[in-house]
Amino acid sequence: MENTVTRKRNKMRGEKHGRLVDASVLAQVRDLLGDAPRRRDLLIEYLHLIQDKCGHISAAHITALAKEMKLATTEVYEVATFYHHFDVIKEGQEAPPALTVRVCDSISCEMFGANELIKQLMQQTGDDVRIQRVPCVGRCARAPVAVVGTHAIGNADSDKVTSAIKNNNFVAQAPDCITYEDYKKQGGYQTLVNVTKGELSSEDVITTLEDSNLRGLGGAGFPAGRKWRIVSAQSAPRKIAVNIDEGEPGTFKDRYFLEIDPHRFFEGMLIAAQVVDTDSIYIYLRDEYAGLRKSLTEELQKLKDNPPTELPYIELRRGAGAYICGEESAMIESIEGKRGMPRLRPPFVAQVGVFGRPTLEHNMETLYWVRDILEKGADWFTSHGRNGRKGLRSFSVSGRVNKPGVHLAPAGITMRELIDEYCGGMSEGHEFYGYFPGGASGGILPASMGDLPLDFDTLDEHGCFIGSAAIIVFSDKDCARDLARNAMQFFAHESCGKCTPCRVGTSKAAILMEKPNWDQELMQDLAQTMSDASICGLGQAAANPMTSVINYFPEELK
Amino acid sequence: MAANPEYMTDIKTIEFTLNGEKLIAYEDETILQVARRNDIEIPHLCYKDGLRADGNCRACMVEIEGERVLQPSCVRTPTDGMVVNTENERVLHSQRMVLELLQSDMADRKYTLNSELDTWSQKLDLGLPRFESRHNPNEDLSHPAIAVNLDACIQCTRCLRACREEQNNDVIGYANRGLHSLIVFDIDDPMGDSTCVACGECVQACPTGALMPSNELGLLEPDRKVESTCPYCGVGCLLTFNIKDEKIIYVEGRDGPANKGRLCVKGRYGFDYIHNDNRLLTPLIRKEGAAKVTNIENLSKDDISNMFRTASWEEALEFAAQGLKQIRNEKGGKALAGFGSAKGSNEEAYLFQKLVRTGFGTNNVDHCTRLCHASSVVALLEGIGSGAVSNQVAEVSEAEVIVIIGSNPTTNHPVAATFIKNAARAGKTLIVMDPRRNDIARHADYFLQFKPDTDVAMLNAIMHSIIKQGLVDKEFIANRTEGYAELEKHLQDFPPEKMEKICGISAKTLHEVARVYASSKASIIFWGMGISQHVHGTDNARCLIALSLMTGQIGRPGTGLHPLRGQNNVQGASDVGLIPMVYPDYQRVDNPAAQARFEALWDTKLDPNPGLTVVEIMDEITEGKIHGMYIEGENPAMSDPNLNHARKALASLKHLVVQDIFMTETAMFADVILPASAFPEKDGTFTNTDRRVQLGQKAIEPPGEAQQDLWIIQEIAKRLGLNWNYSGPADVFAEMREGMDSIKGMSWERLEQEHSVTYPCDSPDDPGQGIIFIDDFPTENGLAKFVPAEFTNADELPDHEFPFVLITGRQLEHWHTGAMTRRASMLDAIEPVPVAAVNPKDLERLGLEAGDMIKLSSRRGTVECFARVDDGILEGQVFMPFCYHEAAANLLTTDALDPFAKIPEFKFCAIQISTAKKH
Repeated sequence: MENTVTRKRNKMRGEKHGRLVDASVLAQVRDLLGDAPRRRDLLIEYLHLIQDKCGHISAAHITALAKEMKLATTEVYEVATFYHHFDVIKEGQEAPPALTVRVCDSISCEMFGANELIKQLMQQTGDDVRIQRVPCVGRCARAPVAVVGTHAIGNADSDKVTSAIKNNNFVAQAPDCITYEDYKKQGGYQTLVNVTKGELSSEDVITTLEDSNLRGLGGAGFPAGRKWRIVSAQSAPRKIAVNIDEGEPGTFKDRYFLEIDPHRFFEGMLIAAQVVDTDSIYIYLRDEYAGLRKSLTEELQKLKDNPPTELPYIELRRGAGAYICGEESAMIESIEGKRGMPRLRPPFVAQVGVFGRPTLEHNMETLYWVRDILEKGADWFTSHGRNGRKGLRSFSVSGRVNKPGVHLAPAGITMRELIDEYCGGMSEGHEFYGYFPGGASGGILPASMGDLPLDFDTLDEHGCFIGSAAIIVFSDKDCARDLARNAMQFFAHESCGKCTPCRVGTSKAAILMEKPNWDQELMQDLAQTMSDASICGLGQAAANPMTSVINYFPEELK
Repeated sequence: MAANPEYMTDIKTIEFTLNGEKLIAYEDETILQVARRNDIEIPHLCYKDGLRADGNCRACMVEIEGERVLQPSCVRTPTDGMVVNTENERVLHSQRMVLELLQSDMADRKYTLNSELDTWSQKLDLGLPRFESRHNPNEDLSHPAIAVNLDACIQCTRCLRACREEQNNDVIGYANRGLHSLIVFDIDDPMGDSTCVACGECVQACPTGALMPSNELGLLEPDRKVESTCPYCGVGCLLTFNIKDEKIIYVEGRDGPANKGRLCVKGRYGFDYIHNDNRLLTPLIRKEGAAKVTNIENLSKDDISNMFRTASWEEALEFAAQGLKQIRNEKGGKALAGFGSAKGSNEEAYLFQKLVRTGFGTNNVDHCTRLCHASSVVALLEGIGSGAVSNQVAEVSEAEVIVIIGSNPTTNHPVAATFIKNAARAGKTLIVMDPRRNDIARHADYFLQFKPDTDVAMLNAIMHSIIKQGLVDKEFIANRTEGYAELEKHLQDFPPEKMEKICGISAKTLHEVARVYASSKASIIFWGMGISQHVHGTDNARCLIALSLMTGQIGRPGTGLHPLRGQNNVQGASDVGLIPMVYPDYQRVDNPAAQARFEALWDTKLDPNPGLTVVEIMDEITEGKIHGMYIEGENPAMSDPNLNHARKALASLKHLVVQDIFMTETAMFADVILPASAFPEKDGTFTNTDRRVQLGQKAIEPPGEAQQDLWIIQEIAKRLGLNWNYSGPADVFAEMREGMDSIKGMSWERLEQEHSVTYPCDSPDDPGQGIIFIDDFPTENGLAKFVPAEFTNADELPDHEFPFVLITGRQLEHWHTGAMTRRASMLDAIEPVPVAAVNPKDLERLGLEAGDMIKLSSRRGTVECFARVDDGILEGQVFMPFCYHEAAANLLTTDALDPFAKIPEFKFCAIQISTAKKH
């Protein structure tokens, strides 16, 4: 790190310790916040207001915002610097240019030439544009992806990007989704009304969910029905927190569903609120989904303006560029306006969650299926499945296949079946070589293990998991070792920094993986501790790509 | 904290298996704590007793049967039947790998002799780390007292928790993410520029030396450690002096009842004044013909040393005593007076007042209590029969509502403030009332920034509202008080709707605060000199007393009245009679029974007339009635109001004996100066704001020929014809107990054992009574008395010529008149120059900028200092600390007195501001 001494207190002239609040900046901050409550949990929202308005957050902004919110300056600073979408600029530092182009360099995008694209853009754009490498932006089916301002460009090349810059095409558009009116016309929210009126009892709802064996689709796979039962039994007031921080490289299913049919999710969410009897709901949406934020905001407002039943308190919260906030307890910290650092469990989120209250925490997609299961019955859901597995899974497929995208397929389908039946086979000139079954964290399997059923639990014995069912297929033109290194750099970049095995472990692993010769013994030693001793899933799974290469791609290490 | 099974008889126990052995855990005890109790070692770094367990370092991981991953033993508590392994191969592998990862990033340089990381690495027989090191940050040596070397940081956040959760100073943050995670100060500023208040809690918490005392003091192995107390404020923190080569090298907080191991910047870094080159090392006698000049600011060091000559102790003592004796013999005892010290021990204060009363033959003995809480004490004695606090600071944890009025505790009682901030963060309602928005206001639920001088109007309005809302405690009023009807009638004239214009606080807020205070289960009031240092100081305090009585918010846990005492022993000095109207234990000198008691104890006749107070003594000197004084450890030439007047008076004394450790401003007027001992150079007891009597223990010898104060007082006494022969403080303490029922149950031996005992303490097995007034008040009829207070203005209101209000007070880093702290190297390095805090708009209007030299003038004097911007101060006001001899704020203040308590109005006088010529 550079020496960051940027100011010097002139104590010989009696200068005060610390920064003075600049009255004009304070006025600007007050203006931006308007009448909004000065609640600490809204800190990240207010940092967004400043970042959006000014293109950065200055030290003066931080000092003023801290004063306005009765926080210590460091409490604001540490939150602002945790999230990568905030550009914190101290005295003497240069503010970034008004326009930022974010180019994803995660696994799929790197496979499709992100590095080359970045190099070209650096050469072709001027000082008025910042080219920034960023982790997965959730559009892997159209890799490589560049985001100009908030406008995402799939299958990006330098021409597309520069012409978007030229045409001032910086702003994400709201997707064309099924609107509130249309959704209701098609029978939407009737099930919610039935539950509210007691025509469908809470017990029946939970039993149906249990029978359907609907599991948490964010990756952990905890049975949804059981979770509702557990949280219902906790003391009131209870909360709901919905996780749409879809950041696992390769995953984009939540965005896919919400761009089409947001109210199907809202209805499932409101049924959960009714059954579990919660008083408030916090929806946490990753900041990368700017277009989606527009449509969700709009549709949510329509819902609130003309509710089918009495609604609980609902807030849509905006992430700020932190993969870790997809971890349930880190997300809750972030909802509370803090650094997104996972909590130690026990106590579990179901007991002590948002604002210390029992919380039903769900991935968006889990709630998305509630209406269908209640209307079509548990049997409908369980009628799907292969190789002894039951239910449906939404696979986000990217990589060397002809038809990447979200494929709703039976649980237990194998990789080869998925490629052949759903993805239109391997891309021209590419031979199936291996795959990431569960994003960057689920490990890597070779083509020789392409006939394993893909579902929760089925890959455990192989040191892998499907997690959020993000499948990245790679070919003989790719190198597992390079892809694993990319994954480890991602984890090192996204580790929250709380626990030693993850904070130090991921960065040491990334260094070890850069070496021409892998010190496999040391890597295995490190991997064991990362898995055994990290606080959360990020650190516990981070070593998977590394050990997978050692276990399944030994020829690459010779 | 680890559960101590000895005190846990009916606590739930849990049976579980640890390394194959069946063990018992107590409720809430963690696996780590059970293991320690059973002598099983588990490495741990981010865990520290007293701090919230965070479980982030992962050095203490253990295996719990049936759980997928290892678990942190510092956080997890056993459950019945749990099977835990702390030493199998898997566990040890993880523990060692965590240590290895951390070691790989450590700098080669060592910053501490006691790195916990090194200790555990050795215990686990760790070899050289196999990983490449990170890129380490630069050192930060910007702070005079603390060195920051983050190349030794393991990101365990112990410092952060100490700063934020323990001290609530909120300076340290954990910024950035992942590998770039970094401990920062404010906005990643150099520590010396940041809002750091240098309490040093982070240094005490750091396990690896990343935060250490500056100048590599942490690498010195102390020769010995001495357990003692802090010499500064009334909070009474216990601490440990670390001594090497007969010098104190550093100080650590000790787990005392008032500080729980915490300290502030003065206690931790303000100790080297005792080693200052300017210590008085030999007795000095004024040279013949050396005139006493009043413009002492202009004196050079040479000028001062030219005024005095060295003398032997024998000569100096003889000279000192003869001068006093001559005046006594010629003009009578009333021509003499003595100022003792609230910095000295109880034993010194006791002997000093006994000397004045029995040796001088007068009650003209006083000390700086007159200048701080005299009005509080008058109002308390009048209202509830006792001047002591009703409840201890620690009880904030039991309060529901905490009121702070006219007090800036983060500056003046920093460690007490940490407990108040802890309570506020834990959800208690904090109400702060002050004309200045001070640091603790950020933690307040209600902050009432009322106009200075309008306390009575505001408090009466709140009481009016309480009556109107029907929130008075009728039963308490009926059973425990008298005079309520008159108060009720009096308060009719103070509706909030009428008072809001006067005090500047909206009626709505006044009503709300009234409701919150009165209707809570337990409300406690803390106040400071913002209440007491006014010509209506006694009236201000009367209002607070009435407020607590009318709502019954006294006599129970978490309630009551707590005037925060300033000096480390101002409570004790007052208790032992270092005030003109009372003997020890507040027994009035004009009460014949009390007089008889002390005439018997001291075996002499005593003057039945109350003596004169501090400012009255100055007046009588000017009037030619008092000719000689003995001043021990006080500095009226800085601390008195209207210094030009006070200094003239001192200069006109025929004979002035000053006993001190430095050439203070007062000593410059002396005829003879007796070099005395500093706090760490002697034994004695000191009574804190909570009525805790605590033991200060001698750590080192006084320098040069300097002598212990107790010895000096005794030598003077002997030369005045008193037959004194105390062998030491224990001897004096034994005599004190004969005259003071409050400490009957407290023996010196008990103090040596317990280090802190609260009075009242009736018997050897009385643990000490933290809460008083539970059943009755120590008045004649046991009832408390309501005393209505009229709203009156300050003595000197601003006008066209002098448009600003000057408020004087203290600064965190400097103590009182600065005699000690200006000579403490680290404290003076942090705050080296005189400043006045001014509202930025006022500065702008005057065409001035922060850092400009400004001139402040009142009708009485002028000072020059630097302008400091402070948006916490209202327009039209100026705040100035009185610790700077080169710009003595008390040259400006008025000596108008409160009629009841004779306390001067330090908190209000009219001044003007202008540009000073550039220096």
